[in-house]
Amino acid sequence: MQTSTALPARSAFSEDLSTIRVLVKRDLVRFFREKSRVIGALVQPLIFWLMIGSGMASTFVLPGAQGLGYQQYFYPGVVVMVMLFTAIFATMSVIEDRHSGFLQAVMVAPGSRASLVIGKSLGATSVALTQSMLFVMLAPAAGFTLGEIDWPSLLAALVLGSFALCALGFAIAWWVDSSAGYHVIMSLLLLPMWILSGAMFPSPPSGVIAVLQRFNPVSYAVSAVRRALHGGIAPGGTDVAASTAFELGVLVVFCLVAVSAGLFACHRRR
Amino acid sequence: MTALLPIERSGRLERGESLLEVRGLSHRFGDRVVLGELSFNVAPGEVVGLLGPNGSGKSTTFRVLTGLLVPDAGEVFLRGQKVAPGGRTLRQQMGVVFQAPSLDARLTVRENLQMSAALYGLTGATAQKRIDEHLGLVGLSDRAGDRVLELSGGMKRRIELCRALLHEPALLVMDEPTTGLDETSFRQTWARIEELQKTRGLTVLLSSHRADEAERCHRVVVIDQGKTIAQGSPDELRKRVSGDVLSVTASDPEGLCADIERLFSQKARVIDGRVVLEHERGHELIPRLVEALPKGRIDALSMHRPTLADVFVKLTGRALGDVATRDR
Repeated sequence: MQTSTALPARSAFSEDLSTIRVLVKRDLVRFFREKSRVIGALVQPLIFWLMIGSGMASTFVLPGAQGLGYQQYFYPGVVVMVMLFTAIFATMSVIEDRHSGFLQAVMVAPGSRASLVIGKSLGATSVALTQSMLFVMLAPAAGFTLGEIDWPSLLAALVLGSFALCALGFAIAWWVDSSAGYHVIMSLLLLPMWILSGAMFPSPPSGVIAVLQRFNPVSYAVSAVRRALHGGIAPGGTDVAASTAFELGVLVVFCLVAVSAGLFACHRRR
Repeated sequence: MTALLPIERSGRLERGESLLEVRGLSHRFGDRVVLGELSFNVAPGEVVGLLGPNGSGKSTTFRVLTGLLVPDAGEVFLRGQKVAPGGRTLRQQMGVVFQAPSLDARLTVRENLQMSAALYGLTGATAQKRIDEHLGLVGLSDRAGDRVLELSGGMKRRIELCRALLHEPALLVMDEPTTGLDETSFRQTWARIEELQKTRGLTVLLSSHRADEAERCHRVVVIDQGKTIAQGSPDELRKRVSGDVLSVTASDPEGLCADIERLFSQKARVIDGRVVLEHERGHELIPRLVEALPKGRIDALSMHRPTLADVFVKLTGRALGDVATRDR
């Protein structure tokens, strides 16, 4: 009789690791295969940045930051927008993929649900990171000098921010289990999170917006990216935290909460 | 010790004979009972078919076994050992073919198979060798570099089967494996299943709502409304229908059915708009029916040896093609 003895006995950990590796590889292969996606990833935020940036430039005055034009102010926000949009689109596919797609094969393989959540989030993160790094290469056009960027902090902010947003997107996609439902949450939660993150405008000194911004984890990603692009300082730009360390700390907590939400969703609705 | 044997046989020993045993699987969606104490077993090397109409609980059973759904109650035994339904131990031993496609259409055939193999720890040269071997067996070696979206439906199905077998599972589980396939692809799929069963002693559990598909299984578990209502070999099950089956088409099936029952003291039912009756010697009943009923009452009349579809009708009073009302 045929049995599975042909396969080497494996630990649960190595099965989970295989699952994670497969999911990351799949997202990267798919991303780089589609040239239009790579180009779109670069051109779409560029157009967005140029259009909104130049439209706002004449009216925008940032108190206490002489010489900082709106396009430069807005640029870190667009970097985070690239992350957010990639996270949204990479995880929205989960809805379809889970019922008639490759994820079915992943779910019935020996790997755990945790490895599915982490693998898919990491896969989407690797795409989001690639896209945002490609966009960061255009930073000189916004007045930043590549040599002066605090790269380790920038990378840390992008990795943590992407992972948290991808895990959150996964949790939402798994939970709502319908594209229409996902779109509703995208417009009611994810997009407002970006708009109220300090990406488009700085926080007012007080009021509802200021409070929302402080409790919005995306604010800390924008703030950390802004600080890193300015080489550690942030002229009039970061309203939510005093240091990169604090911002990255908040992002770590955001990652943990988002992954837990993904695990919870997966556990409740297998 | 020998005196204890009968008790043992009804308990653990019997379980040891099965590769897979499912006992009392129950599940509800809200108030709806989708599985009500479903039980069956699969012996090593056996091809077992779960036969039932759409919505009878077959897919739910698959979801439970493959870990996509946690049942409310029930036990699963693998080689006599109790395992969690859909748990890691069970998943390691199964190859699964889904009703819906599970290949990534944008990746190549080889990439799909490599990734699936990697999920089971098969990588590098070992994986390549298996992939080449399996693609060769299904005659698709030359399509390895093509993206899945370029393949025909039948080819995709063959690749799905390869994908499920790469890690050489002890049990191949297939949910409606031939749904949507044309006749040629249907026959190809079954030729492959039968070949694997014969050459490698593969154990297969599949679900179907097609009687002709269930006929090809060694053993059939008939499911209706989440319950096992009969199990046995196709021959054994067919014996539940005595003699021949007559099927009569008429413009007024209900009236005709009543007339036949009255005139011939013969049990008849209306199934799918036709009057269906069993008779030990069908060929003798036909002329009597035609003689006794006024001209025009019968539009068409046919007779056949019992099929599993007739068995299902006999057991439930409904046709296999009907959708069970209680399930989704």
